[in-house]
Amino acid sequence: MTQPVVTLDGVSKSFDGETAVENVSLSIKDGEFITLLGPSGCGKTTILRILGGFEECDSGAVELDGRSVRGVPPESRTVNTVFQSYALFPHMNVFDNVAFGLRIAGKTEAEIHRTVDEALKLVRLESMGRRMPKELSGGQQQRVAIARAIVNKPRVLLLDEPLSALDYRLRKQMQKELKELQRTLGITFVLVTHDQEEAFSMSDRVVVMNDGRIEQVGSPREIYEEPTNLYVARFVGEINVLDGTVTGRQGESYTAEVEGASVLVKARREFADGDRVHVLLRPEDFRVEVMKDLEESPDLAHKFAKALLKGTVDGTCYRGATYDVDITLDDGKRILVTEFFDEDSETLYFHAGDRVAVGWFEGWEVILPHEG
Amino acid sequence: MKDSLFKRLVVSGVLGWLVLFGAVPTLMLLAVSFLSRDPDNLIKPVLSLSSYAELFQPALGAMLAESMAMAATATLLCLLIGYPFAYVVARADRRYTRTLLLLVMIPFWTNTLIRTYALVAVLKADGVVNKLLLLLGVVDAPVKLMYTPTAVFIGLVYTLLPFMILPLYAAIEKLDCKLLEASRDLGASRFSTFRKITIPLTMPGIVSGCMLVFLPALGMFYIPDILGGARTMLLGNYIRDQFLAARNIPLGAAASVAMTVIMGLMLALYYKSVRRAGRKVRI
Repeated sequence: MTQPVVTLDGVSKSFDGETAVENVSLSIKDGEFITLLGPSGCGKTTILRILGGFEECDSGAVELDGRSVRGVPPESRTVNTVFQSYALFPHMNVFDNVAFGLRIAGKTEAEIHRTVDEALKLVRLESMGRRMPKELSGGQQQRVAIARAIVNKPRVLLLDEPLSALDYRLRKQMQKELKELQRTLGITFVLVTHDQEEAFSMSDRVVVMNDGRIEQVGSPREIYEEPTNLYVARFVGEINVLDGTVTGRQGESYTAEVEGASVLVKARREFADGDRVHVLLRPEDFRVEVMKDLEESPDLAHKFAKALLKGTVDGTCYRGATYDVDITLDDGKRILVTEFFDEDSETLYFHAGDRVAVGWFEGWEVILPHEG
Repeated sequence: MKDSLFKRLVVSGVLGWLVLFGAVPTLMLLAVSFLSRDPDNLIKPVLSLSSYAELFQPALGAMLAESMAMAATATLLCLLIGYPFAYVVARADRRYTRTLLLLVMIPFWTNTLIRTYALVAVLKADGVVNKLLLLLGVVDAPVKLMYTPTAVFIGLVYTLLPFMILPLYAAIEKLDCKLLEASRDLGASRFSTFRKITIPLTMPGIVSGCMLVFLPALGMFYIPDILGGARTMLLGNYIRDQFLAARNIPLGAAASVAMTVIMGLMLALYYKSVRRAGRKVRI
């Protein structure tokens, strides 16, 4: 069992009486890529600043490599930060920016040259050493900021929304590069972002935060497929929340009354008869068939025997590889369904006004206790 | 695109003002400095370099050096006092910034000459400072402050400090806090950060503050007069004496031109050093 590189234990912090971080406990493994995900003001950046040494927590303990960092100033911590605005020194060229930490550490000029060149090569800026920061594009500045941080071989690299200022394509590319860089260097990365796609594509683990608290910690897949509460479910991607009541138990599963239909659902938690629940389904979890076709084809009707919810199509929306279907169920609930294009058909399968039967792939539902 | 009448009026108004009260007098001064002295009519329209020759007398050179040293010391004192003050104001809570800046500017509401006479009341043998020192038992007898170089420095620094603080404030206020955090993050102590990040990035403010203090410090003749007695001679006093006492207007003009040239050279040197360092500095 290796020792975690960072441990937060019951950390709280408030500014002028406003709570920014409340009782956060988290342990970060050596060499992992962990992302703090949440909306702005959820406390994720405050945690990063506490790790960096720019803020001191009001209560709780922060350990770096098993040692408390209380009172340790930023310059004495073995962590480095990539700032959101890059914070490159405007009066120094790229080389001097990257060499800054090494010069402070008193390395020899020969060693500095070698290490800086290596770092610039790693971020593919080998020919840019003489340029001033303002002569670089946003993406290049971003790379300099990364090189400037990793050149000091920190135990942990803190990244504060590093890609938020870049355009979509560049962001995608930098996500890949960051992930590769992290694998190459083996340094622990702690990234802060409000973009769930970014969090999912790069991280080993994601920490979903809200209002200064941790809502859920898990792999991207766990967060997406097994959200532990409605907040997490709604924050990461589209979700449909159906309401229901548990009516009985059948072995591993429960019978439940969901939006007026009696269905069989699988749940990881224990429920009692009469408990009100939410049934969470991603748009891509649904199976939808037009009623008219079901009536005409017994085969199809058999396949859709479990599609017990009835509704009407409101409209469709083209998404490229997929299309969205808005459906209003008979009890008034509106749901969003994502369908793939039928390869044999030129036209969309669903049309506004179609009566449809709605079911879902069994076991893909997530059952949560009713909230609020 | 055609400029509006209003814009043209404003621009030509400002331009006219600058030409009439700035360029024309300066050119007149320059012209006069190359003319000869005439005991009866002040100036004789005869071209001559004698005024400039007179400037290179050893006695005058010593005065010039002393004057420059004095102005430089006053500038340095202003910088040492003004920088921390400007830093605190620039980094203070927005609520207090306005008040603090107002406090810096309030002295402008009173005439400098009157404020200098007020300083006499503060510094003289039975003035406020000595009374306080005696009361506190720090000294047994009144300290002699008036008519010493110390008094002149106090007067210069007191009068010129706002001219140092305001450009420094403007420069420090623009400094991005994230850069200081980045420096600390990369292992630099507070002191190293100040030396390697804060000072270079606020250099434009430092330079303009020093210029705004140094030049008036050279020319502010009434402060050495009132607080330093006749003993401290500055370039400003010398120029004033040439115009009003010795009635040697060409020599006074030549001294003025020399002063302007010195300042111009210093500015040019500064820009050159900055350009060599590959930075762009706006003042």
